[in-house]
Amino acid sequence: MKQIKKIGFWFLVLFLLILICLPGIWIFISAFRPNPEILAKPANWIPDRWTLHQFTQMFSINGYVSVPAFKYLMNSIIISSVSTVIAITIGMMGGYAFARFNFKGKNKIFLSLMLARAVPGISLSLPLFILFAKLGIINTSFGVILVYVAMNVPFTIWLTDGFFRQIPKEMSEVARTDGCTRFQAFWNVELPLAGPGIGAAAIFAFLLSWNEYALASIITRTVHSKTLPIGMMDYLDEFTINWAGMCAIAVVMIIPALILTFIVQKHLVSGLTFGGVKG
Amino acid sequence: MVRKIFRSPVMLIMPSILAIGFVIIIPLIFSFYTSFTSYKLTRPDSLFNFVGLRNYERLIDNAKFWYAFGRTILFLAVVLNLELLFGLGIALLINKITWGQRTLRTIMMFPMMFSPILVGFQWKYIFNDNIGLLNNFLYLFGYESAIPWLIDKYLAMGSIMVAEIWANTSIFAILLLAGLLGIPRDPVEAARVDGCNSWQVFKNITLPFLMPFIFIALTIRSLDVGRAYDIVHIMTGGGPAMRTELLWTMIARIGYKDANMGFANAMSYVSIILSIAFTYYFFTKLVAARRDLGQQ
Repeated sequence: MKQIKKIGFWFLVLFLLILICLPGIWIFISAFRPNPEILAKPANWIPDRWTLHQFTQMFSINGYVSVPAFKYLMNSIIISSVSTVIAITIGMMGGYAFARFNFKGKNKIFLSLMLARAVPGISLSLPLFILFAKLGIINTSFGVILVYVAMNVPFTIWLTDGFFRQIPKEMSEVARTDGCTRFQAFWNVELPLAGPGIGAAAIFAFLLSWNEYALASIITRTVHSKTLPIGMMDYLDEFTINWAGMCAIAVVMIIPALILTFIVQKHLVSGLTFGGVKG
Repeated sequence: MVRKIFRSPVMLIMPSILAIGFVIIIPLIFSFYTSFTSYKLTRPDSLFNFVGLRNYERLIDNAKFWYAFGRTILFLAVVLNLELLFGLGIALLINKITWGQRTLRTIMMFPMMFSPILVGFQWKYIFNDNIGLLNNFLYLFGYESAIPWLIDKYLAMGSIMVAEIWANTSIFAILLLAGLLGIPRDPVEAARVDGCNSWQVFKNITLPFLMPFIFIALTIRSLDVGRAYDIVHIMTGGGPAMRTELLWTMIARIGYKDANMGFANAMSYVSIILSIAFTYYFFTKLVAARRDLGQQ
């Protein structure tokens, strides 16, 4: 009886693993598949012939460009990195304020910052589209960065607030009685201690910008500022879809995200829960 | 300069508020204004054509809007409940594993990092009636007529829900697992000594302790419900015959395809209030659950 239970248990875990991993693996394999094989029935699990065709086309290695994926990749990297650095800097200041100071209306401000984050991207895109067009920053990286900074700040505050609370207040107090200013205490004591957590918050902010679609699809118009998720739609025509091409650009999109997830996972969970529970 | 900033919390929070003010609050005020005009992108002067509450009246009379609204509520109710349920199940499952738990936990996080547009594409590929993995799989078992997952009027919504649940269950699983790992052993063991069975231990000790974690997950999740737009947009685009039209895709269609900004903005406000209500509700629940545990 116990044996059967154990087998059933591991069977369940295995089923779960397959459910989580299979879609991604299927995309990955399809990216290296010659186009005709995608249409094969029944499905061919291991391609007969692995090909880099989609990737060489995307990155115009043979001089022919199907979709300017390299430009999209660069846009994505620049927009996500710059917006992350700015969002983390100002979000960290906010998180520090919430963790270390008591001031009037603290909980209300915290809540309204969170609620600002809850506004759906597509609803926000209508007025942003008009305002940015008037200001002349539509279809520029600057405009997209600005939007992502604002989108990332509330969540960064939530996370960093939690990390700063984990550091005993006394440490900064000791540093200050020894003659440090508040900023010096922050810079030399609290920031290094909260470092890993802030790194996690940064990666989270980076991924949010990296993956965002609804807003970017409206305020980016050309190859000049389009990011990867928007560029992906280039493969989607009205009537035909270049499946292999889409799979290839999906692989380009997901690999950096997966690597970053590996680095971040431990601190992310503690940040999310600590900030929330002990708030 | 830096020294001064660090002395006052107001100065520390100010940059955040400025960024949010510029990108979120000001546009919202602007869109609130346009929702009272007959603003059309094709006719810029209509921005000053004040029509009072007419957009909202049209909204109330619009049957398609109410269908989309009802569908959105149904969608969120089904999806959030199932995600919570599956997430709890997975967390309990992984909590039992002693060997390889950390690896499993990392793998669990993968769907979280997939862009919603990527999730939509991936499931569009799997559910494709002609070349999709799912129909190919059924074909192996002799089921030869292709099922039109994304074209059938009932199956399409279900397929989208599957994609949404796949993408977001892991948030619940990860956070609830963190909660489970933090449960103190003593009360559980004491209850067992007193003769509680597994279900009683779960109901009376595990679940109350998990409550704040459940609400953290729901709060974080509710911040992002609007991202379902990406998934629907790529999978069906609101079709077939608007059977999968949610509020968000309807806003995009009326705002950009029909260029009717005033009307679309009126609709946006409904969706914004909906999202904020979800987040606010779960946040207050979170605060209450924390208070119950005496952690305030």
